[in-house]
Amino acid sequence: MRSRARTLTLLGGLVVLLLVPVAAALADQPFYLDLFRRIMIFAIAAVSLDLILGFGGMVSFGHAAYLGIGAYAVAIPAFYGITSGFVQWTLALLLAGLIALAIGAVSLRTSGVSFIMITLAFAQMLYYLGISINAWGADDGMRLARRSEFGVVTLANGYVFYYVVLGLLVGLLALGHRLVNARFGVVIRAAKSNEPRMRAIGFSTFRYKLAAFAIAGAVGGLAGALLTNQTEYLTPSYMHWTRSGEIMVMVILGGMGTLYGPVLGAFAFLLLEDLLSAWTVHWQIVLGPLLVLVVLYARRGLYGLLPGRDG
Amino acid sequence: MNWLLVVEQCLNGLQFGVMLFLMAAGLTLVFGIMNLVNLAHGSLYMVGAYLATAAVMRTGSFLAAVVFALVGTLAVGMLIEVLALRTLYERDHLDQVLATFGLILFFNEAVAVVWGRAALFTTVPPALAGHITVLPGIRYPAYRAVIILVGLAVALLLYVVVSRTRLGMLIRAGASNRTMVAALGVNIRLLYTVVFGFGAALAALGGLMAGPIYTVLPGMGEEILIQVFVVIVIGGIGSIRGALVGAVIVGMVDTLGRAFLKPMLSTVLGPSAADNAGPALASMLIYILMAAVLYFRPQGLFPAVRA
Repeated sequence: MRSRARTLTLLGGLVVLLLVPVAAALADQPFYLDLFRRIMIFAIAAVSLDLILGFGGMVSFGHAAYLGIGAYAVAIPAFYGITSGFVQWTLALLLAGLIALAIGAVSLRTSGVSFIMITLAFAQMLYYLGISINAWGADDGMRLARRSEFGVVTLANGYVFYYVVLGLLVGLLALGHRLVNARFGVVIRAAKSNEPRMRAIGFSTFRYKLAAFAIAGAVGGLAGALLTNQTEYLTPSYMHWTRSGEIMVMVILGGMGTLYGPVLGAFAFLLLEDLLSAWTVHWQIVLGPLLVLVVLYARRGLYGLLPGRDG
Repeated sequence: MNWLLVVEQCLNGLQFGVMLFLMAAGLTLVFGIMNLVNLAHGSLYMVGAYLATAAVMRTGSFLAAVVFALVGTLAVGMLIEVLALRTLYERDHLDQVLATFGLILFFNEAVAVVWGRAALFTTVPPALAGHITVLPGIRYPAYRAVIILVGLAVALLLYVVVSRTRLGMLIRAGASNRTMVAALGVNIRLLYTVVFGFGAALAALGGLMAGPIYTVLPGMGEEILIQVFVVIVIGGIGSIRGALVGAVIVGMVDTLGRAFLKPMLSTVLGPSAADNAGPALASMLIYILMAAVLYFRPQGLFPAVRA
């Protein structure tokens, strides 16, 4: 009964998301189409981070780097006239995954605080790299002349783009569900709770963690590819460390170590940002202390508040 | 390449390294003793720079600004320790990262509210505006030379305080066994607050000296904070000696890389390619160094011995 209530809540959420474009069109408020699409893109990024952060216990503070790589993988081909989404998105997934593999191979040699600092430092390195490449916009960034095109389907149509993002999010959640309950996911979760024991019974935890790190990076790259399509702009600030912090906040706020938590977190965080910024330009002065309070007093995340959660 | 330039850039590297050390010492002390990852350490650096700049603009006296910034940041540091960070010592690092991230957002926005988003500029105090002769024929800005001397003096002072005084003994004891020290009748909470305030004042010292040579603007703390992380990872977390060595290495590599990588590359790649690759590679240099150190010594060059 309890888990049925939760399923119903989640299905209700999905129906609402399916109807957002209809409502936006009827009310003639395209802003909401934009807002919800942006939120879902960050939800994809947050889910990918949660895979390593919540399930794997790897506190990566550089997840925005993969967003940036995905964004560059779309914008640079577009700059040279290649607008095919098949090429761009494959590139985004591959590049982000490979760079995550390299960063992970070095960073996973450490753990704890060093790991936090190193992932942050590598992300910042890529940020400075983006800033210093004059040919691709340096720190001003550059405009994306055309959104990705998949044959006849083009993301230039905001509604099509919306449903593509929604489809990807749902697909990612389904895949994530399979992944965390498969042997791979069980090993990752077990390595989080007791790594020496996992090693003692013969698992090479490093390889599993590295694979998870690379998968999370690749999905982060996909989110970046979507993000640059969303804003129709490329800027190195996608890789700025505050962005990594924000994605992390979404995961924690929603409930880490759960699949749907980060999605809730993305909604809560970005809607709050939208509300606060409409109220004052100095919205971060409110958000900052709020965040401190959430960490100090509400540690279970929003997902824990959903009806029918067992335990 | 002329040797005057090389010597001058080496001194610049040392000066930057000393600045990094002031930040790294506080951060690593707080981590080593309280087991707290404080991302907001960069904010304290920024607060120090802003308080000093504001005091100089109001009073015109650099000395008054130094005192005001140090005392003010010490107070701010102790306040956030008592209000928020104290509860976090027992929590895991993720909670600490998030809460101090919240503090960063707050401080960056707070200084923007008070002083605006535009950068503030101050000048070097008139008494230190000239040049001094460091070696026959080599003249160096007096202000930067003073920064180097202050940094080295702080390093020496820290060494003496931590290893030769009663306070230092308590600090070391508190780091290895908090409960035992408390049981022996030491007010450990107060000790922690004092240590945190002390670290905040070190960050402010870095910030107030940085004011006249870099720009003072919201977010200035994080730029240096991330480089300080590189210093700490290279030096070994929790070790002050590691922080000093790491800071000088990072300061040197970064400064010399920015100064000489482009001209060196242009002799190999040709000027136009070097124009693009030089700055990009120079800005990545310290991170590559960090990766290399980690590969060979994941615990850093001088890991702290922990009980």
